[in-house]
Amino acid sequence: MTIQNLAQYANLGVYSAMVVFTIAMVAFAIDLAGAAPRVSAPVEARKEPVRVGAESSVGATGHPAHGDDTDRPRSRRAAGVAMMLTRLGGLLLIAAAAMRGLSVHRPPLGNMFEFALVGCMFVVVVFVAISLRRDVRWLGLFVIGPVLLTLGLAITVFYTDASELLPSLKSVWLVIHVTVATFSVALFTIAFSVTILHLVKMWLERQDGQGGQGSVGMSRIRRAVNTALPPARTLDRTAYEINAVAFPLWTFTLIAGAIWAEQAWGHYWNWDPKEVWTFVIWVVYAAYLHARATTGWSARSANYLALAGYGAILVNYMVVNVFFVGQHSYSGM
Amino acid sequence: MSHSRMDTRPDESDVTQPTLGALGMLRWAWRQLTSMRTALLLLLLLAIGAVPGSIWPQRNIDAGRVADYLAHHKSTGPWLDRLGFFDVYSSAWFAAIYLLLFVSLVGCVVPRSRLHWRAMRAQPPRAPRRLERLPEHGQTEVDRTPEEVLQVAREVLRSRHGLGTHCRVRFDGLALSAESGYLRETGNLVFHAALIVVIVAVAIGHLFGWRGDRILVTGKSFSNTISAYDTFDPGPWVDTDGLSPFTVAVDRLDVTFEEHAGGAQRGAPRDFTAYTRTQTSPDAPEVRQTLKVNGPLSFGGASVFLLGNGYAPVVTVRDASGRVLMREATPFLPQDANYTSVGAVKVSAASPKQLGFFGLFLPSAYIDKDAGPSSFFPDLSNPALALGVYEGELYPHGRSHLNDTATTEKMTQLKDAKGAPLRLLLRPGQRAELPGGRGSIAFDSVQRWAGLSIRYDPGKVLALGGAVAALAGLIASLMIRRRRVFVRVSSSETAGRSVVSVGGLAKGEDPRLGGTVEAVLSAIAERTGKTV
Repeated sequence: MTIQNLAQYANLGVYSAMVVFTIAMVAFAIDLAGAAPRVSAPVEARKEPVRVGAESSVGATGHPAHGDDTDRPRSRRAAGVAMMLTRLGGLLLIAAAAMRGLSVHRPPLGNMFEFALVGCMFVVVVFVAISLRRDVRWLGLFVIGPVLLTLGLAITVFYTDASELLPSLKSVWLVIHVTVATFSVALFTIAFSVTILHLVKMWLERQDGQGGQGSVGMSRIRRAVNTALPPARTLDRTAYEINAVAFPLWTFTLIAGAIWAEQAWGHYWNWDPKEVWTFVIWVVYAAYLHARATTGWSARSANYLALAGYGAILVNYMVVNVFFVGQHSYSGM
Repeated sequence: MSHSRMDTRPDESDVTQPTLGALGMLRWAWRQLTSMRTALLLLLLLAIGAVPGSIWPQRNIDAGRVADYLAHHKSTGPWLDRLGFFDVYSSAWFAAIYLLLFVSLVGCVVPRSRLHWRAMRAQPPRAPRRLERLPEHGQTEVDRTPEEVLQVAREVLRSRHGLGTHCRVRFDGLALSAESGYLRETGNLVFHAALIVVIVAVAIGHLFGWRGDRILVTGKSFSNTISAYDTFDPGPWVDTDGLSPFTVAVDRLDVTFEEHAGGAQRGAPRDFTAYTRTQTSPDAPEVRQTLKVNGPLSFGGASVFLLGNGYAPVVTVRDASGRVLMREATPFLPQDANYTSVGAVKVSAASPKQLGFFGLFLPSAYIDKDAGPSSFFPDLSNPALALGVYEGELYPHGRSHLNDTATTEKMTQLKDAKGAPLRLLLRPGQRAELPGGRGSIAFDSVQRWAGLSIRYDPGKVLALGGAVAALAGLIASLMIRRRRVFVRVSSSETAGRSVVSVGGLAKGEDPRLGGTVEAVLSAIAERTGKTV
């Protein structure tokens, strides 16, 4: 099998994964929609689950399993199918990344297409890993959606032919620095989705809390989301935990990058645009962790910092690589 | 949680405020500066302040692009320049942010270290009277006397069901307090102290470090003295006479470019390898070493990096009688990815007027009728020199250095027979006669040059050590749980039985605290033979 051939199989893997993820996404959406109680049910019954959700948000310990708080547990077959497909898609991405790497005889971490591919692979792998320990079926749609979007961008806009690396990229630090960077971005991405959901859930809980009967007025989608999502406090804590794992990894990325820069460019810190933005991301998430540890800062304002941090990550990936002049000009576009 | 405050100042509400004297004002300012709120603000300012440096070109990275920008933005450029947007990382306002942050960091770390030192030696605090008010708590009744239960509780707290063998336990009547996870705060302090170390290391590198750049044509050598460098940029406290006397000779430079892939990847560099002979001092034995991108040579503290390369056409200039005025390889500087290179061949020995040949070297020449000559591939497939000829004074501003660039300011361009500017296009081996009996120029061959950057940074090891310590401290401070577990025992109404309450308190988020409290309670019950 020739090298270009293998790269084409890698692309085929990406396309197949996209098909699988599309179906998974639809299945996750069906599952979420199913979380809302039947519209035909009498008003009294309709109120029930929402009230339970509202109660648990106030701080009662041991809230019931999400979505299972009606008398008869709702069927989550769609979610089961979606999780299976997510795993399958994850395997396809792993295969695609491996074939891409084999086709160029190096780790597939050399240009934006490859970062996107490996980043998506990590997001799915981490999501599946979390799902083995906790019920995160509510999160599926909000993880697979961004993954699908990124893969679409990767295979169309960011696509670069498989080829060798620039001399400055030929180093073991490529594997160390870029793998960890991509992995922590994957974690930040999942945390970002959870943080957004936290804001949504807080908003829904507030709406729900207003005037007791508020839940009746809520649209079906809102009720579905409100029922399907864990309480805001849990979402907030989950996002924090993921960020707290990602931040040391990002610190490591920064240090490994500095060591590599010292070898390749002669100094460990050159204020290259990519370094600047990596530093900005680090500082913003450091501020987030500090804000979390400070009384007087609500979790919400701290979470806005986390959102700003993720905004900086997007700039670092999409804007810096393509538009800014610097030594990290390896987008291959 | 009452312990999650990061700053050490008391609540403002507790402070009775008489009129502030000068000292009081200072103290107030210090408290403001070292408060968490200020630190957060400064962190955000630092993040925002760093951004312009990635948007606008920076002098310390690429002075040429800054000059370009200023030339194209006549109105906004000078203002941005005045505000330091082209020297962001050495500007006064950026320095103000990081210096304040540095002070704030010190002001946070020092008092907290003192507190933590005391806390580590102190006993855990007394158990609160009502454990059921704690965020995690539980209660049960067991079949032993309170004293017996207390002993069991102590064992349980020190076991894997409780806080582990390292926890500290305090007896207080019929109550126990245990605390673990002191390393969380230790890690936190190590992290912040290590950041101070990194900043100090950066300062050391700035003050005592230097960098020099040298373009070295293959076949030549250079020794580490200031005069040998094209540019030399020492820190303010560098002893420039005490540079270590190593020499580097580049015998050969192998360069490979992408020839197979299409699109933007075509012509991309794939490998640069310089074959060198080095000596650590003039008397030391000669060593053959290869120098690659990502593979610097090192001499004591200084490292030699291969950061650039290009072509140096070898040109011979003769006068009308055939006497050689100059025969030299002149480095031309690449301007694009295909190594269209500019340079000047300077003949200061020519008389009566000095001669200068200014123009392009093209490794793979392509002559377009309208756009003029350019190169279509970075490697040597069709090398050519395209030169204009000037005569006059090469160095109107004096000449102080080997590699001073010549200008055409005080020179006039030679014309051909039709009166148009004379343009020479030479391929290797070709020779051109200059008009008016000015002699001839021959393009003999092409050599490569290696762009060497020599760096010395005495702070880099310290910076790395600080960074690694910071990472370790960070992991400890985020992963270790600081917990307190309290046990209170009282006699039950039934004689010989006891009521055990367990409560837990954590610093920060601790989702597993509830599980620990439950585990402690059930382990106590199990070991005392609980009867329901």
